[in-house]
Amino acid sequence: MWEIIKTATPQLISAGIKYSIPIALISFFFGMVLALMTALVRLSHKNRFFLIVKGIFRFYVWLFRSTPLLVQLFIAYFGLPYLTIPGIFPNGIKMSPFLAGILVFSLNTGAYGSETIRASILSISKGQWEAAYSIGMKKMQVLWDIILPQAARISLPPLSNSFISLVKDTSLAASITIPEMFEVSQQIAAQNYQPLTMYCLVAFYYAIVCTLLSFLQSYLEKITSRYTIQ
Amino acid sequence: MIRLTNVNKTFDKKPALNQISTEFPENKVTVIVGPSGSGKSTLLRSLNLLERPESGQYQFNHDFDIDFSKPISDKTILKLRQKTGMVFQGYNLFAHLTIIKNIMEGPVKVLHQNKNEARKNALALLDKVGLKDKANVYPSNLSGGQAQRVAIARSLAMAPEYILLDEPTSALDPELELGVLKVLLQIAKEQQSMIIVTHNMAFAQQVADKMIFLEDGQIKFDGSAHDFFTTNNQRIADFISAMTLHEIK
Ligand SMILES: Nc1ncnc2c1ncn2[C@@H]1O[C@H](COP(=O)(O)OP(=O)(O)OP(=O)(O)O)[C@@H](O)[C@H]1O
Ligand SMILES: [Mg+2]
Repeated sequence: MWEIIKTATPQLISAGIKYSIPIALISFFFGMVLALMTALVRLSHKNRFFLIVKGIFRFYVWLFRSTPLLVQLFIAYFGLPYLTIPGIFPNGIKMSPFLAGILVFSLNTGAYGSETIRASILSISKGQWEAAYSIGMKKMQVLWDIILPQAARISLPPLSNSFISLVKDTSLAASITIPEMFEVSQQIAAQNYQPLTMYCLVAFYYAIVCTLLSFLQSYLEKITSRYTIQ
Repeated sequence: MIRLTNVNKTFDKKPALNQISTEFPENKVTVIVGPSGSGKSTLLRSLNLLERPESGQYQFNHDFDIDFSKPISDKTILKLRQKTGMVFQGYNLFAHLTIIKNIMEGPVKVLHQNKNEARKNALALLDKVGLKDKANVYPSNLSGGQAQRVAIARSLAMAPEYILLDEPTSALDPELELGVLKVLLQIAKEQQSMIIVTHNMAFAQQVADKMIFLEDGQIKFDGSAHDFFTTNNQRIADFISAMTLHEIK
């Protein structure tokens, strides 16, 4: 068994460094940008044009929260090549597995994240807005300087959980042929006929990464808890 | 001088301010009193444009002449808010900023003061409200009385022409209240124009130049503090004694 672990480990780690971790990081980054945008649009109450935009963002959040991630990955990678749009995509929407993975993971993280951020912003007391407005701050200033820093602090634990989930969910990318950690472990298991050892080994590596991330989360929560939000 | 003329504000068709016409003189303290729900907060918040009346005129010195029945430009709103500092019953200090940063926020972000200058000014103000040693503390580590003194310093930092205070001490225990009231008396002595909503009649009598008594969104008394506290009007006399008993209790 040691032999198997010794030979498989470098391959698993290299797959993690090349695919699992970059996919998680890149998707989380774009997911958060999208989440913030979505949350802000959904909280805005502007004119009729915004009503339509709001509707689109609401549909997006609903769509990604009410369908399985695995199905979303299949649609993006196996399904979209059959969607032809004359003029723009005459031969169907074809993406590399990596790109399809990033796209779906980002959209998925963005949909869940937007709900977290939205709830955090709504939980900041009206008095914080009013105090900022009363000294003559503009709406965007209030948002960036007063509200979002406090909302970020409130969002930190749930968003950290989302990131940890995302790291584990990258294993689903195996299904669209991305050679990330889980995919590599399957390939090795198919060769050495040791599925139990191989899958336990890859589970162990996911656990190590997620545990490290939990520590990072506790650390971040500690350094940001110098103040309490009333 | 702030002058309001026939200002009306309704909430869900119910009038909260009903044909309000009055003046708030410069370098003087105007105290607004009245029963709960009479529209005191609404009146104060309208002066800062946190609340938007539906009709009436709002004249601010020679700088602004606002017709509430017409749209107000963003620029006017922002400028007017800089000139009317607000102190809230619940302090509303920025929870994620230290005390010194709370005070510097407006001068730096709104008035674009240089940071060092703003810091120096903020420290002087903290000294004035007796909290110099709390500069680097977060609001959650202050007592209510300390928090309210910081809120007063924060509004002073903007050098507003008027400071509006909505029941600044009614969330405080009597011992803590005293510290805040002392600060306000000091500021009043320096001829800062203030408009204060309070239930504390002893304080009102001591600090007020002018009194306004509100009831059901209408001004029922508008005159000097002396006239108010020596009035023959039974309704007002009853109100004063009820409030004073309330204090003793
Ligand atoms: N945001 C609001 N929505 C609906 N009604 C409101 C709102 N704010 C105030 N009102 C109503 O307007 C009236 C005046 O309220 P306001 O808060 O100005 O009274 P107040 O004199 O400050 O009372 P208190 O002494 O209790 O603070 C009340 O009837 C109140 O219920
Ligand atoms: Mg009130």
